[in-house]
Amino acid sequence: MIASNPFAELAAVIPPTAMQAYVVLMFLLVVAGTILDMLHKKSAQYFFENARKARKNATRTLGTGEKGALALKTVAKEVLTSGEFNNPKRRISHLFTMYGFIIFVVTTAILIFAYPTPDYPAPTVVPLLWHLGAAMLCLGGYWFWFSIRVDVASEGVKWYQLNGRGDLFIVGLLGMATFALLWSFSMGAGALNMLFFVLFVAFTTLLFGSVYWSKFAHMFFKPAAAFQKRVIKADGSRENMPAIYDVSDPEVQARFPDIPAYMGANPPNMGLGIKREAPNHF
Amino acid sequence: MPTFVYMTRCDGCGYCVDICPSDIMHIDKVTRRAYNIEPNMCWECYSCVKACPQDAIDVRGYADFAPLGHSVRVRRDEEKGVIAWRIKFRNGEKDMELLAPITTKPWGKHIPQLSDVPAPTQMMRDSQLLFNEPKYIRMDEGALHTLESNGLVMKEGVVY
Repeated sequence: MIASNPFAELAAVIPPTAMQAYVVLMFLLVVAGTILDMLHKKSAQYFFENARKARKNATRTLGTGEKGALALKTVAKEVLTSGEFNNPKRRISHLFTMYGFIIFVVTTAILIFAYPTPDYPAPTVVPLLWHLGAAMLCLGGYWFWFSIRVDVASEGVKWYQLNGRGDLFIVGLLGMATFALLWSFSMGAGALNMLFFVLFVAFTTLLFGSVYWSKFAHMFFKPAAAFQKRVIKADGSRENMPAIYDVSDPEVQARFPDIPAYMGANPPNMGLGIKREAPNHF
Repeated sequence: MPTFVYMTRCDGCGYCVDICPSDIMHIDKVTRRAYNIEPNMCWECYSCVKACPQDAIDVRGYADFAPLGHSVRVRRDEEKGVIAWRIKFRNGEKDMELLAPITTKPWGKHIPQLSDVPAPTQMMRDSQLLFNEPKYIRMDEGALHTLESNGLVMKEGVVY
């Protein structure tokens, strides 16, 4: 079941060209939604203005190589491993959702474009990955939905209460992955299978068609913001923030004599402070 | 000088919501990022600014009296037990950095166990001194600490 290509079986009802056209349409909707979102929120304008302001306050100029290294670090930490999340549960859930989504979308495109009919049998690994991607998306997504979502975790909102625009993205993702799996597992079940397929397409259209209103576009501007965060630390502008001092450094202690006077020459690690307790705000 | 949140920095963790004494830091329902729902009620206590793990909260002056272009930013590092302030003046020249201890002992340890302390005597109850007052204000070492006893001199005017 999980090794068979559901789109090949669908080809008996819907011509492969229609499926391919739908995928292209979804791609175009994402591009259009992201551009409109960027124009509306002026996020690109803010980003470049902020970068210019930071350059003005910079104490040193970064070379191309240094910027390239920072970009690589951003990709390795913030993009590939969701390193900016302080909450480990959120980070793991985000990793499942992100990689599940990527695997699911890429394998969907491969199955629809390369193996659209039973005449072109797909290697077993591709449908397997398609199911695995959807399952990972469900695991990370439902974990987020039931317990990590800030409304549920901290604001006392019940899991079944929808939050309109705020939930568009996660509802689209979960609906798409859940009904994709149900549709694949109910192959040959007649009307029920068709119902799951219709819901799968409906949620997919909702996900890719609501980019302008949802937080779908965060996957494009978040890496840019993370890169800028690294640049301001490296070029000394630091967005007017104070430096990060090493309190055991004799130079720092000479400049700020209160540190050795009250904390000794080698101050110990004081522990987590208020971060010992997770925020739980009602 | 109300607080505001840099949306690209905030990850919606909610520490500011928990700590705000005026209960005006909330999580936006659509973007799931923190924001100040009532800037007029913000008394600039800087609690949220210091609690934010992402350094995403800043404080700005009202345009009618605060010098535009200035900046007062803070980073509270609990693990190191220090607080660092950076104050930039609007002339672009004066740029001060300060670093001070905020604890000398690990957080959450050494909490006074008042139940283990002997109950105060009637004489202590009748006294004008508060619990442990001679010890806490260091009267035991002689007398009250003053500028003179610490070798300090009062200076006139505003001294930086």
